[in-house]
Amino acid sequence: MGINLWNFVENLKYMGMGMLGIVGVMGVIIILTTVLSKITARKESKNQQ
Amino acid sequence: MEILEMLKTNILAISWQMIVMWAIGGILIYLAIKKDMEPTLLLPMGFGAILVNLPFSTVISEEIGHEGVLTTLFGAGIANELFPLILFIGIGAMIDFGPLLSNPKLMIFGAAAQFGIFLTLCTASVFFDIKDAASIAVIGAADGPTSIFVAGKLGSEYLGAIMVAAYSYMALVPIIQPPVIKLLTTKKERKIKMEYRGKEVSKATKILFPIVITVIAGIVAPDSVALVGFLMFGNLIRECGVLNSLSETAQKVLANLVTIFLGITVAARMNAEAFLRPDTLLIMGLGLFAFIFDTAGGVLFAKFINLFTKKKINPMIGAAGISAFPMSGRVVHKMGLAEDPQNFLLMHSMGVNVSGQIASVIAGGLILSFFLK
Repeated sequence: MGINLWNFVENLKYMGMGMLGIVGVMGVIIILTTVLSKITARKESKNQQ
Repeated sequence: MEILEMLKTNILAISWQMIVMWAIGGILIYLAIKKDMEPTLLLPMGFGAILVNLPFSTVISEEIGHEGVLTTLFGAGIANELFPLILFIGIGAMIDFGPLLSNPKLMIFGAAAQFGIFLTLCTASVFFDIKDAASIAVIGAADGPTSIFVAGKLGSEYLGAIMVAAYSYMALVPIIQPPVIKLLTTKKERKIKMEYRGKEVSKATKILFPIVITVIAGIVAPDSVALVGFLMFGNLIRECGVLNSLSETAQKVLANLVTIFLGITVAARMNAEAFLRPDTLLIMGLGLFAFIFDTAGGVLFAKFINLFTKKKINPMIGAAGISAFPMSGRVVHKMGLAEDPQNFLLMHSMGVNVSGQIASVIAGGLILSFFLK
């Protein structure tokens, strides 16, 4: 185990990619979940009619 | 005389490092029983730490043909990541995604609260090689099975310290989070009231949700499929409505059984030589760092959102985006009540807390996709 401060800067790219990736994935999940809820809610109200 | 000789040899083989590990094991047992801190994991880990640090302990023997029981269990369930995955079936079966599905936008706080993982990755890489740094960073996921899975897959030599840190900090959520939240918010912000209008979530949505999540995670981060898939499989068993006995078994018997084996087998990496190193203290410190910045990430993101919205969000709910379910959600709810006894944040904080479970698993998958080559 040594100390290499430069590694912090070098690995910032993983922080960028990681946060972008996770926000992107969660964003897609939010959109799909919202669409899914609307579709299934519409189907259920049609069935009730 | 032979017996006396044997006794003398065994006693002389006790080193100060073993005694320190007995003390550490004792502390974990004390915390589990007296303080009720994650007893399901800390007690077996504590007892296992004592077991593996007895002179000439046969529980971790690696002699071919006479492998120790913990060595066998380690190979059977932790080296191949089987135990955490099976545990995830039980955890998935315990989770109700209803509050989250009635307000899917809350999921974004789960994403924000993974900031600490990636910041810790950069920080830990100053001291450790990148795969070990990534394994340490996942402590911030506040998710034991994910920490074990990622550290195991990346072949980290610090598995023991990572597991002790992950589970200890999960138990310390009610102590770690409140000061961080108070530091980053004003009293006025903590008093922000959030009304809950629970939208009805259809059964079809609850059934399709785990399937959709698995497919998305599998496409984006194939290395996360096992983690996400098993979590969502457990949830599907719960929500399908036709497997109630399996759901109950997964939530109780299966989860408890695997937890027993996981807890005591983790101790196979807690022998004094592997555990009592300066690195272990550093790992504990970095784990705490990850937790703190995860909490801060969620809270600060909520404050950022408030700059653009008319209907203000109580920024404390951002802190619930860590995966320590349901503890973190309850901590935020209690803090809300302490500021205003009429402010019930539970459904919001639980929704965010549950999204944190998903986000932490996806974060683990992304880390694996970056470094598993």
